[in-house]
Amino acid sequence: MSRADRLPGAERLKGLQGQPLAWHIALGIVAAAVLYLVTSSVSLYDNTIISEIAWYAIAIAGLSVLTGVSGQISLGHGAFMAVGAYGAGLMMEHFRLPLIVPILVGIAVATVLGAVVGLPATRLRGPYLAGVTLALALAAQDLPTKFSSLFNGDTGIIVNQATPPGGVNPERWLAWISLFGAIVTMIVLANFMKSRYGRALKAVRDDDIAAQASGLNPNRMRVLAFALAAGTAGLSGGLFALWSGIVNPNSFSLFLSIQLLAGMVIGGAGSLVGAWWGALALVYVPQWTNSVTSHFSSVSAITANVQGAIFGLLIIVVMMAAPTGIQGWLSGGYRRLRRGRSRTELEPVLPLDLDLSSTSTAPERTRP
Amino acid sequence: MPPPEAKRAVNRSAASLEVDAVTVSFGGLSVLDEVSFSASSGEVLGVIGPNGAGKTTVFNVVCGFVRPSSGRIVWRGRELRHQRPYQLAHLGIARTLQGVGLIAGLSAVENVMVGAEPIARTGVLSGLLGLPRSAGEERRLRARSLEALERLGVAEFAEQHPRALPYPVQKKIAIARALVAGPELVLMDEPASGLSSGEIAELGRLLTSLRGEMGVLIVEHNMDLVMATCDRIVVLDFGKVIAAGTPAEVQANPAVTEAYLGASVESESAGA
Repeated sequence: MSRADRLPGAERLKGLQGQPLAWHIALGIVAAAVLYLVTSSVSLYDNTIISEIAWYAIAIAGLSVLTGVSGQISLGHGAFMAVGAYGAGLMMEHFRLPLIVPILVGIAVATVLGAVVGLPATRLRGPYLAGVTLALALAAQDLPTKFSSLFNGDTGIIVNQATPPGGVNPERWLAWISLFGAIVTMIVLANFMKSRYGRALKAVRDDDIAAQASGLNPNRMRVLAFALAAGTAGLSGGLFALWSGIVNPNSFSLFLSIQLLAGMVIGGAGSLVGAWWGALALVYVPQWTNSVTSHFSSVSAITANVQGAIFGLLIIVVMMAAPTGIQGWLSGGYRRLRRGRSRTELEPVLPLDLDLSSTSTAPERTRP
Repeated sequence: MPPPEAKRAVNRSAASLEVDAVTVSFGGLSVLDEVSFSASSGEVLGVIGPNGAGKTTVFNVVCGFVRPSSGRIVWRGRELRHQRPYQLAHLGIARTLQGVGLIAGLSAVENVMVGAEPIARTGVLSGLLGLPRSAGEERRLRARSLEALERLGVAEFAEQHPRALPYPVQKKIAIARALVAGPELVLMDEPASGLSSGEIAELGRLLTSLRGEMGVLIVEHNMDLVMATCDRIVVLDFGKVIAAGTPAEVQANPAVTEAYLGASVESESAGA
């Protein structure tokens, strides 16, 4: 600390970055202050939109760590959200507890499921892992109707609004809760990525054998990443339950999982800021396409399909123009601006590489 | 009370790694046939042999990538059975791989920090919460990794990503990664491959400087490096140990010459 006193401002900031927790909490407080002002000044409808962005961003951030940092894919991330939402929703329905308890229960159940799903993931890569997680997404839709007595079938569970302290609008209160959850999530994930575990996940992603030679247990790391991403999705699901007021199988269709994946790709895999770009895209692009298509046609089937088409087109355009997502493209631009000043800070931007071609990396080096 | 000699035999300054009658066969093909040798801590041991002699298989058996059909690997008096490749580093055995095996998504110093995993203690929860314990350990590991890069003379590349660096620099980073945790034995699979003769000489000086600090086992077919740096050499041919001893002894051994250069005309016709 005494060294930091002698350093000029920019260097002192760097010193703060050596203390990830202090740095991330400082960023979190600034974000909270800005968001408090935003939520207080915009309409109640916009506060609902902000809550939606927040739970999307949480789920995408976890998926982004899973895919971007640990190199695994989940086509069934909506299922982890469903588990969090049902877990929290059932707790809220049956017990009168402070809001934090059902949310934490939802996170815990989703984390455990994530670890269980992560186990086969240690042996599966690329398309095979995608297949397993796809099955999970489909199961999440069917289980509630199969066990109708517990989950109340297609009707689902009614979740009461969070009761705000006096004088606060419920919409605004929900936005604060969701944003608080999102900020905590970002701090925790940023800490994690800055710690030895973030490094370990990248090592396992890029070179399994070299990671093992250094003493890393790749399977443990892969399961850890799955559990973390699932727990994050569990929080997202709990907040979704509060936001939508109802938890039923239709909320967690395969389309939601695909949307989350699309949001992650658009924002930039492996980037927490990118998760927010992705969430913004998921919320505003459909709104925008709706307003555009409603000018031309009033048939809802057409509007819905045009929406999907435009979304698909957006993904294609982003992948062609910026394979590292919006955030990758932005930080690439920042680096291009700085290139003249220092060459040593250049780092290659890794495009999303899910290793779809090979099923295993081990045999190559074990030949006699 | 055991006699002093027996005591010394248990001491780790004697054989720390023992490869004891190891046989490996893939299908009906025997790749290693009753191979035995030992590596003492503090010495540089070379395993050499012509192509296909089973050098890399020896390496893979010790690492746990390949399970021996019979025989034992003993490390510091304990048999290594069912050990997973990643557990070796925690037992004090580090490795460098054929090629370099650096992590493309990490900077040079971060790559070395990955090698410090066996001495890292931060738990998942401290990592998630970014506790000062986690941050403090990160700083210590970084400082230690920079020292390791310094020792290899590549500290100036610490913040760069390996893909952008020349091959010899990448190799040095990989060696720094193997050394950073302070292992008792380093296994190196063809450390000289892809290096120029000047760089090989430099590598030789590094290996010599490690002598006494830790054991080094290199699997190599570059004769200059092996002859100049190894204390002892084990020669393999067709999966069998055909000679073992000091570089001078091995060089003088006719069986070695025969394995490398082929049998002389008379003995070939005599054998036919």
